[in-house]
Amino acid sequence: MDLTITALLAQDGITNGAIYALLALALVLVFAVTRVIWVPSGEFVAYGTLTLAGLQLGKPPGTIGLLVGMAIIAGAIETWSCLAHGQTRRLPRRLLLWTGVPLAIAGLVQWLAPLQPPFAVQIALALAAVTALGPLLYRIVYQPLAEASVLVLLIVSVAVHFALTGLGLWFFGPEGSRTPPFSGESFRIGDVIVSAQSILVVLTSVLLIVALYFFFGRTLYGKALRATALNRVGARLVGISPNLAGALTFTLATLLCAFSGVLIGPITTVYYDSGFIVSLKGFVGAIIGGLASYPLAAAGALLVGLLESFSSFWASAFKEVIVFTVIIPVLLWRSLTSRHHEEDE
Amino acid sequence: MRALARVSLGRAGFAAVVVLLAIVPLTTPPFWVTLGNYIGLYSIVALGLVLLTGVAGQTSFGQAAFVGLGAYTTAYLTTRYGMSPWLTLPIGLFITFAVALFLGFITLRMRGHYLPLATIAWGISLYFLFGSLDFLGGNTGLTGIPPLALPGFELKSERQFYYLIWAIALCALWASNNLLDSRPGRAIRALKSGLEMVEAFGVDAARLKIVVFVYAGLLACVSGWLYAHLQRFVNPSPFGINQGIEYLFMAVVGGAGSVWGAVIGATLITLLKQWLQDLLPHILGRAGNFEMVVFGVLMVLLLQRAREGIWPWLERLLPKRASPPVPNAPPLPARHKTTRQGALLEVDAARKQFGGLVAVSDLSFEIRSGEILGLIGPNGAGKSTMFNLICGTLPLSAGDVRFCGASIGSRQPYEIARLGIGRTFQHVKLIGSMSVLDNGALGAFLRSKAGVLRAALKLDRAEEARVKAEAARHIARCRLDAHTFDAAGSLALGRQRIVEIARALAADPLLLLLDEPAAGLRYLEKQELATLLRSLRTDGMTILLVEHDMDFVMGLTDRLVVMDFGEKLAEGLPAEIQKNPVVLEAYLGGVA
Repeated sequence: MDLTITALLAQDGITNGAIYALLALALVLVFAVTRVIWVPSGEFVAYGTLTLAGLQLGKPPGTIGLLVGMAIIAGAIETWSCLAHGQTRRLPRRLLLWTGVPLAIAGLVQWLAPLQPPFAVQIALALAAVTALGPLLYRIVYQPLAEASVLVLLIVSVAVHFALTGLGLWFFGPEGSRTPPFSGESFRIGDVIVSAQSILVVLTSVLLIVALYFFFGRTLYGKALRATALNRVGARLVGISPNLAGALTFTLATLLCAFSGVLIGPITTVYYDSGFIVSLKGFVGAIIGGLASYPLAAAGALLVGLLESFSSFWASAFKEVIVFTVIIPVLLWRSLTSRHHEEDE
Repeated sequence: MRALARVSLGRAGFAAVVVLLAIVPLTTPPFWVTLGNYIGLYSIVALGLVLLTGVAGQTSFGQAAFVGLGAYTTAYLTTRYGMSPWLTLPIGLFITFAVALFLGFITLRMRGHYLPLATIAWGISLYFLFGSLDFLGGNTGLTGIPPLALPGFELKSERQFYYLIWAIALCALWASNNLLDSRPGRAIRALKSGLEMVEAFGVDAARLKIVVFVYAGLLACVSGWLYAHLQRFVNPSPFGINQGIEYLFMAVVGGAGSVWGAVIGATLITLLKQWLQDLLPHILGRAGNFEMVVFGVLMVLLLQRAREGIWPWLERLLPKRASPPVPNAPPLPARHKTTRQGALLEVDAARKQFGGLVAVSDLSFEIRSGEILGLIGPNGAGKSTMFNLICGTLPLSAGDVRFCGASIGSRQPYEIARLGIGRTFQHVKLIGSMSVLDNGALGAFLRSKAGVLRAALKLDRAEEARVKAEAARHIARCRLDAHTFDAAGSLALGRQRIVEIARALAADPLLLLLDEPAAGLRYLEKQELATLLRSLRTDGMTILLVEHDMDFVMGLTDRLVVMDFGEKLAEGLPAEIQKNPVVLEAYLGGVA
């Protein structure tokens, strides 16, 4: 292995690692605020790529059907809960939010898709369509279970993963898709060829992470989410609605997943069920950060990317085995360094 | 008489299930026999998950990988080295044991979500490993596995195999049911109510969770071994993560709280899958794994609406089993009680800091044999923190605690319990669904020995009778005999606090620590409690009472230690404390 190959592998690893880092951040965020171990995050990655691929072909993507279906279910649940609690006056606003907005996004995508708008607009549409699914999922599945134990929420997440994978097959079909690269150019730094695509991916990830940092550090909503993560009851007592916090968290996290999907599209062919393995790599990164630390989770994800790219060179048949086995030494180390074993909530 | 009839009805029900299972293959076409075989194989795996998920509150998505481990071990050893399948079973079990022990060790000492995540990763790893190792045949797998043979004949037909599978499944059900109704079983059932509680009775909770995980893994391995010899070939596909998730669904659908839930869940999911795979392509006009959507949606609805699964609904339809009477058995061996002169427990400059907050600041006091010592102070004085430092629930920042002259300052709670310190909880921690008797029996955990194997094989009955009799004696001593068989959760709060004391007494402690036992009690209940504590003192028990109810404490205790802001404010006889101006100032904000 000479320097050129090393540099190439490192570049691959960092590019993939940057994408896993976005996922790892989404997973830590969702777990911190809602205690949900968000196994189905991968499905949103796949949806992101497949939606963009559909728009590339000028076809209305399968996401529209999913969005319309979930918007109707969420609207029905809201109607039912408003009527059951005698809050009919709140109903129009809630229906507008939970059904109107998603339907408007679906309509916009449906209308613009055949017009083949510029690439940037396509990306924006794909992100909007996929991101809108996140809060709907929270409303339909997780909000009624907000008080459940971590264990129940985890089993629910796995069930959602099952359902969304099957729905992915239905709405996007069994064919894989790849999206064109953002840029075909490459340039040399010394002996090393660096592709503009890799740089774009890494830059986008870094920008998103910085944006998140400012969101949590500077904005009221960001601070509200941090407060909820630190102390759910306390946050509730000072007027932060847990439902709002949950829906907002799922919106942000789904956006991060959809972005990962857009970024990973040019790198690998994505099928309806490819997301699971991708998101698990994010999980490995998040576990390295103890499911609590954002910087450690991002660093862990980067490590996973590098490990994956180097092991695909040395022992490509065992690539996945190696990547998923890394968590064993990580867990061993964590287990040996914690004295009192921890309690669940 | 009526109770007897009910018990035999339960037995009759079990016999009916066995007869039904026995005649299925004789009367139905081969297709149903095949389904019956799969249901049996899946039930064995789901049974392990019932214990792990429903009872112990942990979970695993990697059970399919353990099934694979059992299947591939026998497949490889029988085809490559011509070993007898009866020899490969113990080898497979040993490998599974080692792997499960290791995975359990590294994950179960931490919070609950690490085990499931680790089992997802391990399930995927092993699946890819099966597919990429050449000596295991890669994705094509291994063929030509010999059939199981008993002396004289080979189990070649599906019908013959059916009887073997269900014989093993029923044995596993019987053993698991025995296990749940035993000394380790009570501790396993208590795991969900928080580790602090089980550890206070000497249970090493982390070890116990690992034991349950290993048990579940071994059951999965047996199922895999059977599968390999039933199919006579193996490939990686039935051992993937999706199958692992389906096993969990079976346990949850059936009802993860009861062993029968495993069979119900395995039956329902298998039949539903079969039916959906026939039906969905016709309705949808497309082929694909669309039953996944139905399973996913059904699981979400089930967990939103009926988290306990289907078994509790069925159980209500069945005749209720009467509780067996408390056996008449000799008492358990009691602790050798030397009458120690002077201090039983010494707190020596104990200190606890949470970041910048000093909750307990260099506090020293002692508890003398045979006295009731009250530890009192206003809210936030650090009483409960001090209490937790003695129990070992919180580690000391500095200083030491000595019990019978030996340092216990850096011991784990279950080790401290073993030395003879019993406790109750400020927020009652009973297992609400278990009877008062069983809750009490949990207290006698350390005074009995039966392990998982003895319990599963029902060899623990003599000891179990003594444990039950002992628990019943302490329940009667606390005047709760009328409620012996009631579910602990159905009692009023005051009674529940007394059950906690009975449970602590069943451990035969030298020192009893009571954390605000009078909180939330009504006047009469407080008087009953005081009478009980006095009678315990008369019997020679030493008691530390943490309280903030001054009236309750004054008439009952021999001496008082008053805390405020983590420091000792005063120490002395109740009458002295009542007049102490510093104490009055702390409680009333100044003497008028």
